[in-house]
Amino acid sequence: MGFFIKYLLSILIFFPLASAVLLLFINKKNEGILRYLSTFLSLVEFIFSIYLFVYFKPDTYKFQFVEKFHWIPSFGASYYLGIDGVSLFLILLTTLLTFISLISSYRYIREHVKEFVILMLLLETFMVGTFVSLDVLLFYLFWEFMLVPMYFIIGMWGTGKKVYAAVKFFLYTLSGSLMMLFGFIYIYILHYEQTGNFTFNIVKLYNTHIPIGLQIILFIALFLGFAVKIPLFPFHTWLPDAHTEAPTAGSVILAGVLLKFGIYGFFRFAIPLLPSATYVLAPAIIILGVIGIIYGAFVSVVQKDLKRLIAFSSVSHMGFIVLGLFAMSAISVDGSVLQLLNHGISTGALFLFAGMLYERTHTRQIADFGGIAKKAPILTTLFLISVLASIGLPGLNGFVGEFLILIGSFHNYTVLTIIATIGIIFAAIYMLRMFQKVMFQDITNPEMENFEDMNLREIVTVLPLILLMFFIGFYPMPFLSRIDPTVLHFISMVSHHDTIYNIIKLKTGLSNV
Amino acid sequence: MDYKVLITWLIPLLPLSGWLLWGLFGKYFKGYSGYFASLFVAASFILSVILFIIVSYSHGFTSTLYPWIHAANFKVGISAVIDRLSVVMLVMVTGVSTIVHVYSIGYMKGDKGFSRYFSFLNLFVFSMIMLVISNNLLLLYVFWEAVGFCSYILIGFWYEKKSASDAGKKAFIVNRVGDVGFAIGIFLLFATTGTLNYEAVFKMIPMIPVFTTTVIALLLFVGAIGKSAQLPLHIWLPDAMEGPTPVSALIHAATMVTAGIYMIARFHIIFSYSPVASEVVLTIGTLSAFFAAFIALTQFDIKRIIAYSTISQLGYMFMAVGIGSYTAGIFHLISHAIFKGLLFLTAGSVMHALAGELDLRKMGGLYSKMKVTAITFIVGALALSGIPPFSGFFSKDAILADTYNKGFYFAWVIGELAAFMTAFYIFRLIFLAFFGKSNLDSKVHAHESSKMMTIPLIIMASLAVIVGFLGVPPFNTSIFYNFLHVDFKNAYNFSPFVENAPWYLLSLVSVLAGLSGIFAAYLLYIRKVVMPEWLKSAFKPIYALSYNKLYVDEIYDFLIIKPLFVLFNFLWKIVDVSVIDGAVNGVASSFAFFSVKVKKIQNGMLMSYILTLSIGVAALLFYYFIR
Repeated sequence: MGFFIKYLLSILIFFPLASAVLLLFINKKNEGILRYLSTFLSLVEFIFSIYLFVYFKPDTYKFQFVEKFHWIPSFGASYYLGIDGVSLFLILLTTLLTFISLISSYRYIREHVKEFVILMLLLETFMVGTFVSLDVLLFYLFWEFMLVPMYFIIGMWGTGKKVYAAVKFFLYTLSGSLMMLFGFIYIYILHYEQTGNFTFNIVKLYNTHIPIGLQIILFIALFLGFAVKIPLFPFHTWLPDAHTEAPTAGSVILAGVLLKFGIYGFFRFAIPLLPSATYVLAPAIIILGVIGIIYGAFVSVVQKDLKRLIAFSSVSHMGFIVLGLFAMSAISVDGSVLQLLNHGISTGALFLFAGMLYERTHTRQIADFGGIAKKAPILTTLFLISVLASIGLPGLNGFVGEFLILIGSFHNYTVLTIIATIGIIFAAIYMLRMFQKVMFQDITNPEMENFEDMNLREIVTVLPLILLMFFIGFYPMPFLSRIDPTVLHFISMVSHHDTIYNIIKLKTGLSNV
Repeated sequence: MDYKVLITWLIPLLPLSGWLLWGLFGKYFKGYSGYFASLFVAASFILSVILFIIVSYSHGFTSTLYPWIHAANFKVGISAVIDRLSVVMLVMVTGVSTIVHVYSIGYMKGDKGFSRYFSFLNLFVFSMIMLVISNNLLLLYVFWEAVGFCSYILIGFWYEKKSASDAGKKAFIVNRVGDVGFAIGIFLLFATTGTLNYEAVFKMIPMIPVFTTTVIALLLFVGAIGKSAQLPLHIWLPDAMEGPTPVSALIHAATMVTAGIYMIARFHIIFSYSPVASEVVLTIGTLSAFFAAFIALTQFDIKRIIAYSTISQLGYMFMAVGIGSYTAGIFHLISHAIFKGLLFLTAGSVMHALAGELDLRKMGGLYSKMKVTAITFIVGALALSGIPPFSGFFSKDAILADTYNKGFYFAWVIGELAAFMTAFYIFRLIFLAFFGKSNLDSKVHAHESSKMMTIPLIIMASLAVIVGFLGVPPFNTSIFYNFLHVDFKNAYNFSPFVENAPWYLLSLVSVLAGLSGIFAAYLLYIRKVVMPEWLKSAFKPIYALSYNKLYVDEIYDFLIIKPLFVLFNFLWKIVDVSVIDGAVNGVASSFAFFSVKVKKIQNGMLMSYILTLSIGVAALLFYYFIR
């Protein structure tokens, strides 16, 4: 047990990889075995990740489960892993959603089952790896690897213009990432110049002294990498295509986990590395976030495709998270981190329901549905709960995060917060309009007459998410109490006196004193 | 655990467990879920009465169930404040809920969503209870939205009907508009005082600038305008009549819509320290009281008439809290809950008898066919018209007398005019529905409703007679005033009470206003001295204004909704697809030239990609181990 806990992060990274290798040896005709075994293995992975939660010490900001080995000493690259209160929950979200996506695909994925489950498990390795890496090079590798399985998942098992969507996703994020890499390497070299040591260790890189002008340039480089992932307006146009054409599992992982990396990147890298630039650029980024909130909501209202609507709603929701993070109050950052989970849970669930509707009717057009409530009461109830969670109804998870973001941001960014708050009206409009047209009213399309309610497998798929919605809504303390110390440390880290000194320099025009 | 604490938390938890039970296992309870749901709520009622007695003989207290959100310096618990105001509200909410639950067993009998109905009704009762016992603004806001959700789901209960699901959605969205104001008010309050706990907030209010207090109060009031359906956000309430009638009685007359008045009474410190905000409350209340009554004059749908009447009566309550007469506002809230609940339940009984018919023009002569319903309706109508000794007389008169004696003469005149119209429209309804010749559809056989429905009517009617006497003796000496005023003693007295006129003179004016309204309706619809048709053509523009509900919906549609949708489509089709995505694809296609050259690497063989990828990972690992 001691060994298990000590190397738990490595186990979490490599267990899915080992599982994928194991599955390579299974004949691709045994689709049943491939499906059940991959599901079982991802469940084991999820259970492993629960140990993280159990053994996590809530009242410290310090990295836990740390593993540190030399990797490429001449470059200063190390195999350095560790988690804090933020990455803890993102890992749990990743392992849970991977498990859920695998069960959800039994009906949807009919071809190339072997390739699919292997890619999903590889993707899990890369996602977990990205969240636990405290070495910039290691982080970057995992980050880029992640694109490949997702590219294939969209391109192979997608619908419609799937190849276009996959290529767009790939190129969009890749070009962002290259800018990010440039930024990282520049900081790496700067750190070498200042200390004489090569290191990719993020904790050491935090201490790099960077003049404010350069900080801003580097911040913009990192920003491009992360903003595309979030996606922040106006870098969002890959998302509706990718989400809409991806298979259910792809959409769930994309919305549930991949979008979180942008925020995580800002939290772990861009902001603490470049705090002065953050202070200078935060208002501009918040403006983009708030535009995203309103714009995403407005465009959602007139969507005709169910999945495209959910995709645009993500643009809106991620805008709230950007607002909370860059408003830089402890309350709002707490809210943003919690909202990362909430968005993964509720949007993940929404995509699962969109998938169930599509599997039964082979349409995603909102106008084609109607009157399903009569045929499928269980689906209606659970779908409604997810919709309500998404629009931030109190008692469900989304409310807690959204409220903390708004009340925390209000003091520093009063007007922008007010505009963001108005966004919640439109969230109610697009979601309830969609829900009414899809589920309520009378059946007009004869195809809907034979609509079956959810089966046991499908209930098992969404139930964990539904329970989490209520749990976080009624009792968010187990989450907040672990997030809070990390966030408080984050706030203190970015508001050290250096920053203020830099800002004074900028304001007085003394650039190189 | 202290027994008071236990009782306090059992009151909401009983209906909460009911929600889960009938919601999850409804099909196993079959038709009994209605009885069980009623029992749960009745138990909450009894506990509320016990709590009422405890608080009357000792003093209030607060209790925290568990810490809910602790993030940095933002700390909020699931906590209750039990004082005289909250126990009065508790008894009213659970009492009316019990009666409506029992009535619903008869009304919803045989509906295929029977258990679903009671599950949501229980959820509503839970939310409403929590709303009135919350001890901080966040929790209040939570249940403020939660009752709105219950309202949404119950208005759209018959979801197959487009009009019903439209109405539910409209209620939710219009309420959200108000809620946004409310939320921003909470943010500002927190930014100013650093807390959301009532007691802590109230201590700080006298110290913060009046301007800030005014802004906070006005923002909170925006929420009240939405929830309590005041002008100009009243448009959802008449449509909400699409829901089952007991829901209209409970949610859209007795409880949820009064949350705005409760909120202002609860925050009397904030509102009384801002005379400007109070003035706005008074103005909106007065306008709503008048214009809603004006619209009700010409409508033909019986539920919608009663709905407009509710908007109008809520307007009176806002007048009361707007002039600082908090006890008078709450007194009218209680008395209105009873007589308006009664009116809705009797309207439901009429609908039930006439197979869902709501149009006054297709009724008439029902008195002889359903005497209990008719008599209880008339009792409710007399109470609404402010005729002594029915409860509405005491409670409405207390408000109007206070407006006069606190020097708001204009509001008083408007209030009396509205009282005249009130008596007119409700007796117009009575004369058209219950008297005169029958215009019933030949297929409909009107009959008295079952005992399950009439007994609740009789109980409510008796209460409508009794409750008013809590309002004697007049002014600041009444039983109700003496009981409740303790909670409001810290309010800033911005409009001192001066006895400008003795109570009997003021009462006389009110009673005359009511009686003349009834008499006018009698002349028009029974004696037919003047044909209503003639009046209609003689005052055509005014009639059209009233009949078309001041064209508010049409104005919103033209000024807000249509332009917004044009904008939405523009943003999507032009900005998103053409401008932003067009730019992205433009950049991409300029690279297409180069891509031809690297095409060979992408041979489309998935396994070869996986292989390459794995080799890469393996190579890195290998390096790590041998380094």
